[in-house]
Amino acid sequence: MGRAAAAAVERAHRDHWARLLALLTGQFRSLELAEESLAEAYASALATWAERGVPDLPAAWLLTAARNRATDVLRREAVLARKLPLLVVPDAGGEPPTDIPDERLRLLFTCCHPALAVESRVALTLRCVAGLTTPEVARAFLVSEPTMAARITRAKKKIAQAGIPYRVPTAAELPTRLAGVLTVLYLVFTEGYAATAGEVPIRHDLAAEAIRLARVLVALLPGEPEPAALLALMLLQHSRRDARLDAGGRLVLLPDQDRERWYAGEIAEGAALVRRAAGLRGGAPPGPYLLQAAIAGEHAVAARAADTDWAAIARLYAELDAVTGSPVVRLNRAVAVAEHAGPAAGLDLLAGLDAALPRYHLLPAVRADLLRQLGRVAEAAADYRRALDLAGTDAERAFLTARLAELPPPEPGDQRRVVPGERGVDRR
Amino acid sequence: MRFVILLYGDEVAEAALPKEQLQEIVRQHGALGTKLAADGKMINGEGLLPSETATTLRDGVVSDGPYAESREQLGGLYIVDCVDLDEALDIARQVPPSPGLVVEVRPAMS
Amino acid sequence: MGMEFLLLIHGAEEAWERATDEQRRQTYAEYEEFGAALARAGVKVTGGAELAASGSAAIVRGRGPGAVVTDGPFTEAREQFGGFYAIDVDSRAEAVEWAKRLPAEIVEVRGTVQP
Repeated sequence: MGRAAAAAVERAHRDHWARLLALLTGQFRSLELAEESLAEAYASALATWAERGVPDLPAAWLLTAARNRATDVLRREAVLARKLPLLVVPDAGGEPPTDIPDERLRLLFTCCHPALAVESRVALTLRCVAGLTTPEVARAFLVSEPTMAARITRAKKKIAQAGIPYRVPTAAELPTRLAGVLTVLYLVFTEGYAATAGEVPIRHDLAAEAIRLARVLVALLPGEPEPAALLALMLLQHSRRDARLDAGGRLVLLPDQDRERWYAGEIAEGAALVRRAAGLRGGAPPGPYLLQAAIAGEHAVAARAADTDWAAIARLYAELDAVTGSPVVRLNRAVAVAEHAGPAAGLDLLAGLDAALPRYHLLPAVRADLLRQLGRVAEAAADYRRALDLAGTDAERAFLTARLAELPPPEPGDQRRVVPGERGVDRR
Repeated sequence: MRFVILLYGDEVAEAALPKEQLQEIVRQHGALGTKLAADGKMINGEGLLPSETATTLRDGVVSDGPYAESREQLGGLYIVDCVDLDEALDIARQVPPSPGLVVEVRPAMS
Repeated sequence: MGMEFLLLIHGAEEAWERATDEQRRQTYAEYEEFGAALARAGVKVTGGAELAASGSAAIVRGRGPGAVVTDGPFTEAREQFGGFYAIDVDSRAEAVEWAKRLPAEIVEVRGTVQP
């Protein structure tokens, strides 16, 4: 009896926790109170379900239990008297609700409010919308559990103190606010896709979590192009996960990856989502995620690296550069242009980026590669060393060290010799 | 909820503006104040004289000038009555542009 | 007749956070006494507010729908702006005298623009 109950509670946690939290937050206007009451409800379920059997509608049982607890707390705090007219408190003896609305969208927008620091938004989203435990979120960002717990507590306190409302933004607010949510989701994904620190360069669990959240967002906002585009981008990048590291844990560049190991189903789904997003945007210009997804799509549909339509990719990057003005986009654009029009053209686009990206290892890494193609070996070596200083993971460092070792020794006075016909790539 | 909307700006650059532009900024602030009052959201609004005219007390010791020696100085503030932060931010977005303007929104304790 | 001055109060929030309930009660009592003293002296209070801690701040840069909202506060200074009184007095010197009576680390006295 006890084991069945424990299994049922665990299932109920996986299936319902995030939605119930959102609902309670909407009702009681306090994320902290909602979370505590829900935790107590689950705890009491363990005992009660073992004793009396698992209820037919576990979610409804948990919701009622949590609501009762929250109401008790408020009563104890003698606040209830003032707040009563604003609360919809169900009768203790009433029918348990059978239809539990999905309040996660509201909670997601609240957790991603721009008045919260980005790291707070990410932590709150993972904790309260994705339902990761605090230790899991701490591990995701390589901080200690007390540090992450404090960050989440501060963020919840800020929501309460700063007057951040629990609501889905209006149509007028939606474009900006949605962009904020997409930023958070993509941050979680990129941290999983290309971890910035630690021994493991790829964290599949985080990437998968981000994809799951993006699916929720697409389901909740089916008429919006950018959520669909973001999901497409994630799926297309994620589809390469088994091909990006070799047996020795070293990074394999995109053109060298075994395309048999790419997940064709995810690529197909991603490509379909790109088409759908493009259809949804109507007359509006393509958003940044749609452009990035289209670029990822170009890579994904090339049967071999040599078939990649670099001209199309360079065009898409030019649009993305214009839309975002982002130096990282400019960097990627330089790589595409180099592929299409030669390393010198790519090098030109890198001019002035050091000021904008002083600590981003891929900038010197890309420049080193272009310089290498142009035969400017000494300069290439210097940039590889700069990149090594900045690289954050063992896999990245191993890759750069290997590249540095492959350089021919520089010949005196021969710095600007062009090596004709060589095409090197630096894409991951 | 009451919110305080703090206006930080570059006084030096603002003082260097042509007179008509300065007057236009003042006029726009007046219009904003009128609109907020009509909406029932206005509690108070203050424009501050430049920081060089300030007097600062630090633990009882008096000195001339503002407390912070920075380029951005507090130039004014609004106190508004809103439903939530989003409404206050909406008002903050309507503050007339001026050189180096950065707006900070914080709840006022009741 | 009168001149309006703002008494802008700054203080280290850290100290306030670490203060005991008793210490905070004491400080609030001192502010209440300040208000009472103003009233006894017949000084007109034209405005004022106590601000929530700087961690609750949001920043807005730009205007209209393109404006960018981020978390605050605006300054990273140790002493944060905590609140103000707006009073109507005869001179700056008088405003400064009142400022001295505030239980605050730093008070900046500033005149206001009169319409």
